[in-house]
Amino acid sequence: MTATAVISPAEAVSHVRSGDTVMVGGFGLVGAPLALIDALVEHSDAADLTIVSNNIGEPGRGLGKLLRQGRIRRGISSFFTSNPEAVAAVNAGEIEATLVPQGTFAEAIRAGGAGIGGFFTPVAAGTLLAEGKEQREIDGVPHVLEQPIRADVALVYAARADTLGNLWYRRTARNFNPLMATAATVTIAEAGEIVPAGALESESVVTPHLYVDHLVQSA
Amino acid sequence: MTDDVKSRIAARAAQELRPGEVVNLGIGIPNLIPSFLGPDTQVFLHTENGLLGVGPRPDEEELDPDLIDAAKRPITALPGASYFDSASSFAMIRGGHVDVAVLGALQVSAAGDIANWAVPGKDVLGVGGAMDLVVGARRVIVTMTATTSSGEPKVVPECTYPLTARGAVDVVVTELSVFHVRDGVLHLTELLGDANAADVAAVTSAPYIVDLEDSHGH
Repeated sequence: MTATAVISPAEAVSHVRSGDTVMVGGFGLVGAPLALIDALVEHSDAADLTIVSNNIGEPGRGLGKLLRQGRIRRGISSFFTSNPEAVAAVNAGEIEATLVPQGTFAEAIRAGGAGIGGFFTPVAAGTLLAEGKEQREIDGVPHVLEQPIRADVALVYAARADTLGNLWYRRTARNFNPLMATAATVTIAEAGEIVPAGALESESVVTPHLYVDHLVQSA
Repeated sequence: MTDDVKSRIAARAAQELRPGEVVNLGIGIPNLIPSFLGPDTQVFLHTENGLLGVGPRPDEEELDPDLIDAAKRPITALPGASYFDSASSFAMIRGGHVDVAVLGALQVSAAGDIANWAVPGKDVLGVGGAMDLVVGARRVIVTMTATTSSGEPKVVPECTYPLTARGAVDVVVTELSVFHVRDGVLHLTELLGDANAADVAAVTSAPYIVDLEDSHGH
């Protein structure tokens, strides 16, 4: 067995380069990889980033810190509104916003990780959020073609990892994390606790280790 | 809108739910519904951030930072609850496995179109799961006041606010009445409290058919 390397948060964020697309797990701050985000804020100067996350943090918290540094060029989210500073930045033309219905956002990331080239969904058909997208009637119901979403780097949080990189999530802190872990070139998992391989019940592993490139111990 | 009005709308909407149904409750009035469900009408509450089996609000000792609902408020989980990722959660919704979504709206049209995520001229930067829920849930129940705070009707001929979905609404419960959308046509099916048909007509700009035969108590 080859262990997945446990690296420092600072080393982890050296994988993020200017211009990258970065997925960040969490529903609001719940299940967000806060130590990795802090490292990105303090130990990286990668700029011009596209952030794929359900929210852009909260004012001065989580991704809200990165926003204040002016390092986000574009956000792909379902709910920018939870951070009024992100809304202000969009309105000031400082960041570009791509708003996606939450289920479409989740499925597009799943598709990105699963090698699916897009999918038709009835969600958003006939609305502002379908503008510019291919539409098709399927069984008489209008559908919208959605593209998969992938990233250069995914930053995810799991309550528990084993030394191989298998991940276990706790309660509603799971949310987008297992999806994002599958959909990036480099996946870095921040874990609350790192246990020996074999200590996680195999049936309880949500993210098998093949998706995880690096582990970081939560602060 | 007074708390009394909200409670009355929630109480009536609660009667639409059947035992054992899987129900997703939106923010605001829908969240008052659990307190109006009798012991014989237990439902399974689904929250789209990844839990089936939402329990009551936690007390101080039960607070768990990893346990929130879609409004990011602390919750509890009932025995038999299950957790899942966001793609699975929305697969449940779009796939028709969630029986009912109860949510608020800015406008509902005569054909059951709904606008509930954006106001013209304001930021359109938060949609969350609103579109997925109204498209996917098997029944969509709207709980809202009959008019805006400035007295404009909310049950309208055509939505003028950005649409959430077309033809998605099944039931509308306001403080005055209940409407059902049947085959794309709005029916006034019940008057609530002291309201009469003229009261409803005065605050409803949408055309509708009056069909009060199964009305309770009127």
